[in-house]
Amino acid sequence: MTPSSHLPVTRRNFLGGAGIVVAFSLAGMSTARGAATGEAEPSGTGAVSVLPDDLQPFPYLDSWIRIDADGKAQVFTGKVELGQGIMTALLQVAAEELDMPPNLVSIVTADTTRTPDEGLTAASHSMQYGGPALRLAAANVRMLLLRTAASMLGVADTEVSTMGDGTIRASNGRSIPYGAVAASLSLHVEAVADAPLRQPKSYRSIGQSLPRLDIPGKVTGGASFIQDMRLPGMLHARVIRAPSEGMKLALPPRAEIEAIPGLHAFVQQGDFAAVVCEREWDAVSIMRQLMANPSQRQDENLPVGDIASILKPLPAKDYVIEKVSHPTAKPVKRLEARYTRPWYSHGSIGPSCAIAQMVDGELTVWSHSQGIFDVKRVASSLVGMPEDKVHAIHVQGAGCYGQNGADDAAADAALIAHLLPGRPVRLQWMREQEFGWEPLGAGMVTEAVAELDASNRIVTWNYDVWSPPHNTRPTTANGVLAGWEVTPAFPPAEKIPIPMPAGDGSRNSNPLYALPNMDVNFHFISNGPFRSSAMRSLGGHLNVFSIESMFDELAKAAATDPLDLRLDHMEDARARAVMMAGAEAFRWKTRRKESKFHGFGMGFARYKNLGAYCSVFLEISVEQNTGAITVLRAQTAVDCGEVVNPDGVRNQVEGGLIQSLSWCTREAMSYDTQRRTSFDWSSYPILRFQSVPIDIRVDVLPKPGEPFLGVAEASQGPTSAALANALADATGLRFRDMPLTPEKLRRALITL
Amino acid sequence: MIVVKSKRQIWLSALGIAGLVGMVTAAIIVYEPAIPPVARPSPSSFEVAEVKRGAELASIGDCVVCHSTDGGRPFAGSKALPTPFGTLYSDNITPDETTGIGNWSFAAFQRAMTRGVARDGSHLYPALPYEHFTHVDDADLQAIYAFLMTREPVKEVQPPNDLLPGLGFRPLLAGWKFLFLRKTAFVQDKTQNNEWNRGKYLVEGLGHCGGCHTPRNLLGAEEHGSDLAGGVAEGWIAPALDASNPSASRWDQASLFDYLKNGIAGAHSAAGGPMGPVAEGLSEVDDADVRAISTYIASRMKPAATPSAKTNANPAKAEGTTASKAATRTPASDAAKLFAGACGGCHMSGAPMETAGRPPLSVVSDLKMDDPRNAIKVVLGGITPAAGHGPYMPGFADALTDQQIADLLAYARSRFTDAPTWPDLAAKVSVIRKEDAK
Amino acid sequence: MTISLDVNGERHTVTASPDTPLLYVLRDDLQLNAAKYGCGLGQCGACTVHVDGNAVFSCLTPVAATVGRRVTTLEGLGTAEKPGILQQAFIDEQAAQCGYCIAGMIMRAQSLLSYNPSPSDEEIRQHMQPNLCRCGTHYRIIRAIKRASAVLANHQNKGDAT
Ligand code: FES
Ligand code: FES
Repeated sequence: MTPSSHLPVTRRNFLGGAGIVVAFSLAGMSTARGAATGEAEPSGTGAVSVLPDDLQPFPYLDSWIRIDADGKAQVFTGKVELGQGIMTALLQVAAEELDMPPNLVSIVTADTTRTPDEGLTAASHSMQYGGPALRLAAANVRMLLLRTAASMLGVADTEVSTMGDGTIRASNGRSIPYGAVAASLSLHVEAVADAPLRQPKSYRSIGQSLPRLDIPGKVTGGASFIQDMRLPGMLHARVIRAPSEGMKLALPPRAEIEAIPGLHAFVQQGDFAAVVCEREWDAVSIMRQLMANPSQRQDENLPVGDIASILKPLPAKDYVIEKVSHPTAKPVKRLEARYTRPWYSHGSIGPSCAIAQMVDGELTVWSHSQGIFDVKRVASSLVGMPEDKVHAIHVQGAGCYGQNGADDAAADAALIAHLLPGRPVRLQWMREQEFGWEPLGAGMVTEAVAELDASNRIVTWNYDVWSPPHNTRPTTANGVLAGWEVTPAFPPAEKIPIPMPAGDGSRNSNPLYALPNMDVNFHFISNGPFRSSAMRSLGGHLNVFSIESMFDELAKAAATDPLDLRLDHMEDARARAVMMAGAEAFRWKTRRKESKFHGFGMGFARYKNLGAYCSVFLEISVEQNTGAITVLRAQTAVDCGEVVNPDGVRNQVEGGLIQSLSWCTREAMSYDTQRRTSFDWSSYPILRFQSVPIDIRVDVLPKPGEPFLGVAEASQGPTSAALANALADATGLRFRDMPLTPEKLRRALITL
Repeated sequence: MIVVKSKRQIWLSALGIAGLVGMVTAAIIVYEPAIPPVARPSPSSFEVAEVKRGAELASIGDCVVCHSTDGGRPFAGSKALPTPFGTLYSDNITPDETTGIGNWSFAAFQRAMTRGVARDGSHLYPALPYEHFTHVDDADLQAIYAFLMTREPVKEVQPPNDLLPGLGFRPLLAGWKFLFLRKTAFVQDKTQNNEWNRGKYLVEGLGHCGGCHTPRNLLGAEEHGSDLAGGVAEGWIAPALDASNPSASRWDQASLFDYLKNGIAGAHSAAGGPMGPVAEGLSEVDDADVRAISTYIASRMKPAATPSAKTNANPAKAEGTTASKAATRTPASDAAKLFAGACGGCHMSGAPMETAGRPPLSVVSDLKMDDPRNAIKVVLGGITPAAGHGPYMPGFADALTDQQIADLLAYARSRFTDAPTWPDLAAKVSVIRKEDAK
Repeated sequence: MTISLDVNGERHTVTASPDTPLLYVLRDDLQLNAAKYGCGLGQCGACTVHVDGNAVFSCLTPVAATVGRRVTTLEGLGTAEKPGILQQAFIDEQAAQCGYCIAGMIMRAQSLLSYNPSPSDEEIRQHMQPNLCRCGTHYRIIRAIKRASAVLANHQNKGDAT
């Protein structure tokens, strides 16, 4: 199916069409996963005898899969497509276990009235946790289909098998299509944990690079995105806010605003304000006209200066992440270093958008949020309606990479629609609003102290990380802008970091390396100068950057090859394999520096120490006189367990690599004491075509039969680290403060 | 480099005459001896501090702009410098011994910089602004030499110059020099402070600002006595840097400093056209030198006023945009509508550029000039910061017709300035569009 | 006011204020999805369409300025069932992640191939510079453009240039 085909034309029409499913799923609601699971790892025991985490609250098979009389399957997932290709990969998993051709399977993604609540689509969890749930549900369905077919064909259960084409054949040669079997089979039964899974050697779908389902529509102008959704009678809204977080805009009296030609309605509640128009350009123009009014900073002034001096003095809550101690040989060398990264913008190419409609006392919100069930909870608390009167439906948006403005825009739209019942209202944020108000990826500081003994073993590893929150995902109105603006306001909730092992600013702060003495501490700064929340890989980006930079600094001190130093301290066989496979493909051992400012670097991490393993190798040259970096070659090797769609994995890793190069070399939210001053792509430049590596290769290691491991964020940390390491190799200088801009490099290199 | 290109066109046109004069009257100075090659000095033979100073001086002189191709290695030359008389290609000034200046002694370098003669004794085209570099101290030339000799050598031979027949005959250049090259040392003005004098030294010497900002006589030399009174560069008008500048009263040392250092000053324009790379070069220069340049230029623009760093109120705010003057949202004329759709996204009051403190059109000098050339060029080609950040504007050459651009500009001129209308705008747009297409 | 437009070879009449950027008319009045709002500032290329064969930012092109000129959007290059050469190349290379930038990318690339059917890598990078992708799909986009270029060359050799 194409993505456009699940854009409902009207709410009425979709509710009508899906009535049966609604009834089934509401049964599941009572046991719904608790709100606000955030990005923490599910707490399931992992034992074989229990259902996968995502399946436990929704054990009924019909919450996940429906088979029509014509033999087509519909699969329901609480996970959503963010451009990571998950829809295709999950469909492949379902097709595999149903043993059906993928083209007979369609997939419905997060919709609070139709699909299971699988929490957020984030943290590279979708394959790791969503995959097994759907897989087992499908395996259960296939098992039931086989049993029912056997009795219909009058043979024993062991005499029937699925053929991969949507039919079941008995050993006596008779066969029967799924549709006919499904007609006499109720799927309103609970899944069992031991339904037989299909085995790797007979896979038909898993492991194939099935072309993404959504791409044909996206390259031909299909209605692929929420931005493309048009409901009959739809109005266009723009929300009116000061240019930046922390400021307040003075608005003229309501009557004056209401006199502006082209305005359909001016919506105001407390400090929340929006203009609503029949025509989108009118909404934009009127918004701009109102934006010409003066803004004043409300919050205390922003601190300026280097990031360590800003963050380290702030009140922090301390967490011990890792403490081990073993007797070792005497240290002979000691290295200390501090690493930092600035605040980053998610920088989605499409600013956040949402559509909402209030009709007959029910509110529906269409959003590209990663947490569609939370959108519903937020909206219901914001407008004060019971949860069963509020529905939220996911529709794809532009890539978000974490919590950008999507949730705020959804809440904005819900509030506007609630104040202006009847017609659907489409709200899109403007580019500058996204830059000015979205939660940022947090600026961070780390400090590492490491000691080597005489035989170049690392004997001490002390590490501290300071970070504002990486997860302020909203679960009620107290987590969104509109909630803070309405009267009475919903005061922001206390911020709590995601605990380890997933971690927050602490993510990946515990090295995977086997080190005899470790003292790793996380200093959680609950109130940083900016609103911050999840952005691809969270604290893992700087933590991996720091650990992997320090490993290279140690290798230099020890005069050993950086790969050898890593392997010498790594016991995890899969980690070793990923490093060695990448090194082999890159020809690391035979690398040769060809000129003064030419060099090589590597980085490695296992994402969260739980997800995919990823090694990145870069060959670069730096232009001394301009500071411009050319990435000549990028090679990565990835182990993400069983690979469902190899090309999909490559696409994600490659994209993460390019994005990480952009973060590392040019990005930083700029600000002065009053406001964020990055407001467009000239004040927040990201990587453009001319800086893309000349050559990129991604090798995905086959791991048939292994559990799926989340991969979408795996290359962020290792890539930035590999770049810093390659720079050190090319220039002899160590750069520890991102972004490593051409200006910074030029200044350092010009006299070398 | 601004200098260079603008000058190039004019001096080449004068070259014929000058050459003749030169042949007749100055045969005696045509001959310059070769200076013997030296072994490339080892990079470590230069002091790091001197190299660093040389780097800054080279940025003030903007050597890299003419001596590199787009995407090519810096200082390796080969940049095509098109002229009505053909195309020149800049020299490789990396220390490669065979294709660059690796075997040039300091004496050879100094002679090239101040007298326009290559090591082998051949005359250099005045694309190299040696008539400005005559003012440069030996110590500064030493530093630039140290800087260039410590670059990575790049082996690159520039394509042969492609000039009209006869003009490739370099001895002609001796005549040009005889007429126009005056070797003068820089003289301090005792009545001014050190900063001012430093500024004057940089402006007249390495910075060679006059190359663009000074008008030229018929023979293509900078007019004596009109220095910094305004000129042309790469088809752009280089505005006067004296009191005759229509915006002179609003520039001061602080805003000039911002402009030169960051390519933008909130209450003024963003640096566009050939000024973009100049500001980019200056962003690499020590603040004190940029301040000195600003001080000197400010004094030229406002001779009476004492250069002071008074704060820069944003005139957009001062002019008080009252958004609540609501009912006039729908633009009245066709041109106003064109403007609202094409330019309003950035330049309407309340648009993000303005709320972020970027210069409002009411202060942009291009709109105030008597000649619409710069305004037309910016609308056609936009402003692209080479470093990837800083003020940016898309070009409209492909989106709008000549007449539409003319209508937009006429509207903007009348709305944002008190100046009289520009005549024959559409025709001028069409001429400049053709120039740019070359 | 009523404005008559030539979009993808068809004549359309819309009622819109003449200052309305073409982007909004395409999306809201003509219900064409491809051109996207990304920045409205001419900085990202998500809104790229062709006017008289040149790639322009539709977010900064007032609709009145396109009267009497030919507008082409991604929809004019082909359909999901019958994709154009570049569209097919993007499918073959799976050159999309979220895909939000892709319509603009294809239109930008199309303008390159129309005057330079076999661009070098460097020419492709240079030409594509105005368009942003946040997902990091650039490398695949370059590959897709090269693939389309090869297909074009093949057609040319066979004499069935399109
Ligand atoms: S939306 Fe037009 S360039 Fe970004
Ligand atoms: S594919 Fe997402 S922005 Fe390009």
